[in-house]
Amino acid sequence: MTFNGWLQLVIYFAVLTALVPVLGAYMARVYQGERLLLERPLGWLERLIYRLLGPSSRTEQDWKSYGKTTIVFSLIFFVVLYVILRTQNIHPWNPEGFNSAPWDVTFNTASSFVTNTNWQFYGGETTMTYFSQMAGLAVQNFVSAAVGMAVLAAVIRGFASRGVRELGNFWRDVTRGLLYILLPLSFVGALILVSQGVIQNLSGYVTTHGVGGLDQTLAMGPVASQIAIKQLGTNGGGFFNVNSSFPFENPTQFSNFVEMLFILLIPAAATLQFGRMVGNRRQGWALYATMVVFSITLFGVAYGAEQHGTPAQHVAGENTAVADGSTGGNLEGKEQRNGITDSALWTNVTTDASNGSVNAAHDSYSGIGGLVPLTNMMTGEVIFGGVGSGLYGMLLTVLLAVFIAGLMVGRTPEYLGKKVEAREVKLVLIGLLFTPMVALIATGIAISSKYGSPSIFNPGPQGFSETLYAYVSQANNNGSAFAGFTGFVQPNAPGNAGAYGITFADILGGLSMLTARFVPLLSALAVAGSLSVKRVVPAGPGTFRTDNATFVLLLIAVIVIVAALTFFPAVLLGPVVQGLTDQLGFPT
Amino acid sequence: MRRDLIASIVAALTFTVLFGLAYPLITTGVSQVLFPNRSDGSQVKVDGRVVGSKLIGQSFTIRHAIPEDQRGKFGKKQIKEPDPKYFQPRPSVTTYSGDVTFFNNLGPNNKALMQQFKGYIKTYLSLNGPYDSGLSREDIPVDAITSSASGVDPQISQANARIQAHRIAAVRHIPLDRVNQLIDDNTDGRALGVLGEPGVNVLELNIALDKEQA
Repeated sequence: MTFNGWLQLVIYFAVLTALVPVLGAYMARVYQGERLLLERPLGWLERLIYRLLGPSSRTEQDWKSYGKTTIVFSLIFFVVLYVILRTQNIHPWNPEGFNSAPWDVTFNTASSFVTNTNWQFYGGETTMTYFSQMAGLAVQNFVSAAVGMAVLAAVIRGFASRGVRELGNFWRDVTRGLLYILLPLSFVGALILVSQGVIQNLSGYVTTHGVGGLDQTLAMGPVASQIAIKQLGTNGGGFFNVNSSFPFENPTQFSNFVEMLFILLIPAAATLQFGRMVGNRRQGWALYATMVVFSITLFGVAYGAEQHGTPAQHVAGENTAVADGSTGGNLEGKEQRNGITDSALWTNVTTDASNGSVNAAHDSYSGIGGLVPLTNMMTGEVIFGGVGSGLYGMLLTVLLAVFIAGLMVGRTPEYLGKKVEAREVKLVLIGLLFTPMVALIATGIAISSKYGSPSIFNPGPQGFSETLYAYVSQANNNGSAFAGFTGFVQPNAPGNAGAYGITFADILGGLSMLTARFVPLLSALAVAGSLSVKRVVPAGPGTFRTDNATFVLLLIAVIVIVAALTFFPAVLLGPVVQGLTDQLGFPT
Repeated sequence: MRRDLIASIVAALTFTVLFGLAYPLITTGVSQVLFPNRSDGSQVKVDGRVVGSKLIGQSFTIRHAIPEDQRGKFGKKQIKEPDPKYFQPRPSVTTYSGDVTFFNNLGPNNKALMQQFKGYIKTYLSLNGPYDSGLSREDIPVDAITSSASGVDPQISQANARIQAHRIAAVRHIPLDRVNQLIDDNTDGRALGVLGEPGVNVLELNIALDKEQA
């Protein structure tokens, strides 16, 4: 570990913390329907969309109606995406002549992008037409993010409400989030990325004749427009198979920093959006502080483990110490320009947020280094988490924390002046426990069934970790992977001839993503609906405060305990065994 | 329900046109105007011919014909070896493929990975050892003996370049100081002086070497 490494960490969080209140306040204005500067250039588009949508966009919705619209909307987008991906042979902008992936892989991909997961069994540059990338996948990057943010806005309104049943209008929330938050940030972001060398064109692949006399074919495509939104919307699906390690997605040290900022920007700002909308910014800062403490701690673990290097390196005789002009450490599956620091930091933030894009190969991380992304996901993606979904997950966790605190002191728990009672606690538990349940059951089925084994690549505990990681990642809508795990076999023949899906992994993964996205989402809406009609009890001297350091500590403890109780046995079987064999030598 | 269905279908069409066509196409247009070379992949030309991309690493090899009686069971006619007169990039599991990217994903305790590392070490020592007396396993920077995630890492570490400089100087008959100067000229430093890690761009450095002797 180096001084520069820690300095980069400080700079990263300093810049993020400076941006959070600014963007948070702006996001609150967007969802509270206040006037925005951007309405001048884009207001006509907003009004046009409402006109097209008809009367639906004018009625206020209670939680049931809001939830129903969310489900129907997502279902339609799922069907549209599936159809787009299955009709590639008639697409425009298909210079490489790709055919469609089989039905099972497409089911997995469609589930993945509609749920903001962006788990990928396919390699982008060998499977997807430019039309699929733009009109199919990038559209989902926008829309699934906007859905998460809309639901969060509705949930916050429930928490802040003074006895009103309605939580807002889904169509307005989605449209305003798309037009005034995601679109402008993505457009500016895309241009920043192009200035660094991320490509943006519709050309066919270019064959060059190299200095050393060898030919090389360079993949092309409309990359920057998709990478900007994939980072901002916590989507994470790569244009290329090796995701953000590929220089055309992430070419420079600066682009890497900008993309890391994009990853946490909106989920982090959501804390202050919440603070603003409930009229108490300290509540937002308390949640932000909790997230930052977690994030920095786990970065430290990953950084230390990766700087130490792996058994494979040490047994082979590699010197992994830092030296003048060399990063040292485990550089297997990492890029020189990112080194150890920025690979570890990216890995940490991409799994804090349910982003899941990678700039290094997680499967080749050391045992303990690989445990960090897994741990981040196992907290239920509430440390920043996905856009929208992260904070509504965190709010459920907060309710659990005040409930536990209430039990300890023997008072009826309350949050923001609203009593938390049996109905809310039941819904909170459904919301919080459903995802880990899906992850563990799916892992169990996959590990104990012969149909699960064709997906596994590495032998021994790493193979178990791959499976566990796959279902934890898909259930938590993260999308990063121990990428040896596969559900789509591509022999890289022209037009994808001979490619086939591993149906079991595709379907089990797809169902994990869909159920674990929508059950917690509906639970959060239900909790908000239930809280919205409650009277606000004014704070008194006996009120348990939720905006100070004590509460932050309590919240951290609750997150750790819930995750540990749920996942400890599974973690022992995979990464911990792997990490311990650092001392045991070298099993085959 | 029906109202939601109809509105969703309308939204699917509208949002696909807006975010799936207008947004990427407008971004493409603006990028092509503002950053024409970069949006097309930072292609590098030598004597008017495109030799690759500044951002995508490539192999620098020489080909030896294999005598007919020594060809193995696959009948391979030639063998590719690192070209000693060029700086060598990092090991790649895709042999620097720019259009089919993947990684081998070997786990940290996987024996195959350990053997792969041993192979990298052996190759590096046999290529550079003869020109740098006293070069030992311990001196090799990690980037030279681990494979990159993208398979096309365009850079190597400064330490790696300085070791290879001995070979380049000897093979090309250029003073070592001059080679080191060219390394510095083709190093991309940390962004704003602190972000990321410095790296030496192998393609640009090798082109500079060729120009030096042209």
